[in-house]
Amino acid sequence: MSRPRILPLHNTEPVPLDEIPVLAQSEFRTSVIEAVAGGSRLCALFGQPAGESVRLIAVLARDRAGLLSVLSTEVSDSYAAITPECLQAHWFEREIAEQWGVRPDGHPWLKPIRFQQPLRVAEDPWHRNGKIMVGDTEFFRIEGEEIHEVAVGPVHAGVIEPGHFRFQCHGENVYHLEISLGYQHRGIERALFGGPTARTIHYMETLAGDTTIGHTTAYCQAIEALSGVNVPARAQAIRCIALELERIANHIGDLGALAGDVGFLPTASYCGRIRGEVLNLTALLCGNRFGRGLVRAGGVPFDLDQNLEATFVKHLEGVVKDATGAINLLWETPSAMARFEDAGCLSRETGEAIGLVGPAARACGLERDVRRDFPSGMFKFTHIPVSTWPSGDVFARAYVRWLEVQRSWAFIREQIDALPAGDLKVETGNLSAESMVVSLVEGWRGEICHVAVTGADGRFTRYKVVDPSFHNWFGLARALANQQISDFPLCNKSFNLSYCGHDL
Amino acid sequence: MKYPDGPPPALPERFQGMPAIDPARCADGCRRCEAVCPTSAISKTDTVRLDMGRCLFCGDCTQECASGAIRFGSNHRLAAQRREALVVGAPDYGIIHPPETSLPRMFKRSLRFRQVSAGGCNACETDANVLTTLAWDVGRFGIQFVASPRHADGLLITGPVTENMKLALEKTYAAVPSPRIVIASGACAISGGPYRDHPEVHNGAADIVPVDLFVPGCPPHPLTLLEALLNFQGRTTIRS
Repeated sequence: MSRPRILPLHNTEPVPLDEIPVLAQSEFRTSVIEAVAGGSRLCALFGQPAGESVRLIAVLARDRAGLLSVLSTEVSDSYAAITPECLQAHWFEREIAEQWGVRPDGHPWLKPIRFQQPLRVAEDPWHRNGKIMVGDTEFFRIEGEEIHEVAVGPVHAGVIEPGHFRFQCHGENVYHLEISLGYQHRGIERALFGGPTARTIHYMETLAGDTTIGHTTAYCQAIEALSGVNVPARAQAIRCIALELERIANHIGDLGALAGDVGFLPTASYCGRIRGEVLNLTALLCGNRFGRGLVRAGGVPFDLDQNLEATFVKHLEGVVKDATGAINLLWETPSAMARFEDAGCLSRETGEAIGLVGPAARACGLERDVRRDFPSGMFKFTHIPVSTWPSGDVFARAYVRWLEVQRSWAFIREQIDALPAGDLKVETGNLSAESMVVSLVEGWRGEICHVAVTGADGRFTRYKVVDPSFHNWFGLARALANQQISDFPLCNKSFNLSYCGHDL
Repeated sequence: MKYPDGPPPALPERFQGMPAIDPARCADGCRRCEAVCPTSAISKTDTVRLDMGRCLFCGDCTQECASGAIRFGSNHRLAAQRREALVVGAPDYGIIHPPETSLPRMFKRSLRFRQVSAGGCNACETDANVLTTLAWDVGRFGIQFVASPRHADGLLITGPVTENMKLALEKTYAAVPSPRIVIASGACAISGGPYRDHPEVHNGAADIVPVDLFVPGCPPHPLTLLEALLNFQGRTTIRS
């Protein structure tokens, strides 16, 4: 019997490390390329220390089948890059080179993505001798008459996070946009080695602070799986309510900001306020507008009791009423819609090749949603239809958000009407040793992927975080090709990606 | 919103505001609060002290303290001009109203900030931004977030200040004309927050630039930040 090349597994299913196939480099490379060519998606590709060498682990998703698979190989200083034949790997391989000093030979655009110190002692692929300066790198350039370059950031005009954008323009027209990040790098993955510690949950809460529930849920699912406990149904329901509240708050905020970017103030003004009302709903649950403290390994420390329920439902209905009015105003205004339509288009094929996730993918007509494909928690029992739109433009990314908002509040109502009785929390014990678990959650930006690997003592020998933004930043860069540079703020907001979630 | 002339908007029942320590209840030899605190905000020597500048307001210490010596109240007024004034239980703890250093007169009716996120997780940024929306509407106090540091009277800094943002922060600070003020908003900007002592970050804005006002929280509630700004401008008076 031949050794299996790929280990199939489910979301939050722990597996012993020695069951994960270790393939020869060429076999690993071919397997990943063939799987992606056959319709799988690369959720994660990362390195982890293995003595003198580095073990590369790939997590692939077959969305329609709801199946994940894992495979691995060992590399030392270099290996043949996967990217030339599989675009989805390109950002991951740059990350591997930067974190582990392992060079993917033949990578077409091998540059650092965060400008961080490496995670092991190895030769720097860029020969920087430890003197790492953020943004100090070659940028793609176009030369010619009347070509000009526009550099924006790291400090932007708005109250937002830092990042650097380099545009190659001909007049108003953008030929190429290159995005250079890393300004928010806080060393989270390095600090997670040897965990969990008292700080671990707080790293999760602040990985991307607007996605506190999404990331803490992914983390807690991983811990619960590794310690073999089942979270009580009531806690699952409260977590899912909070996750959908997070989605509603951010989507409404984004719709308002998009309206603001085209100067349509009625929707912008209302949505700014309504977003705050949704954050206040989360604060009703746990006292914090971003859900800090609400999701903990084993369950939730706060109940949605009967007293609270009436207030909660009253406020929620207020949000539904106000948001419906404010947002429909946007769709009914042709001058606003004229700015949204055909701006920043991405085709379905491009979206698929890049491996987009979340609303950005669904706005290219790609039906992928962790809540349906890899359900966990209450999503196993209550299904949320996947919202898609085919046009791939700013309008689609906006409209998909609106469809999702409506489905999310319907889901919350349903959960509250039938909130399961019972406990809120169970004790979690020690984590299984020498194991690995993949935990996926559909955050409001898309698929959140956490991979926890434990050593002989049950502590993390690696904890990998893939924020949805990691997949989608390149999508924004491609959406800007052949657009007017003045549409950049609008296109950027239509993705609204996380800097800190990417930079870690 | 009637505030500051009328009462402030209601905060949720589960809101964790100003902490209070009751030394009489603190059991001898027990240091569990110290051990459980993720950011070493709590120290116990002769008495228990809680540094709001480091505190994430997670409440783990109150869960751990069997005798109930630490609790978080509902008071949202947390900001202070001196770093030491944020340490609950320390001798010089105390938040001074009205502010001890008065702001140059020209800032009292018009105060413009450039916001710099230097490793912030987008929660502090979001809840600073929310002040510009309807209802909160800080514009009515002449407070505004502006696009260029050249147009600003000061910086509102969030995040622990990553090594990768240090230079950008220094340059932005240098571009603000004097006299200028700096506000550090959130646990990260005050002390590094959960990232304290990571080699990739500095332990807050004060390591890089002089800070005039510290606003605790993770993130600070918009009301905490608004009250801090208005008090700093000398627009509110203490109502105990």
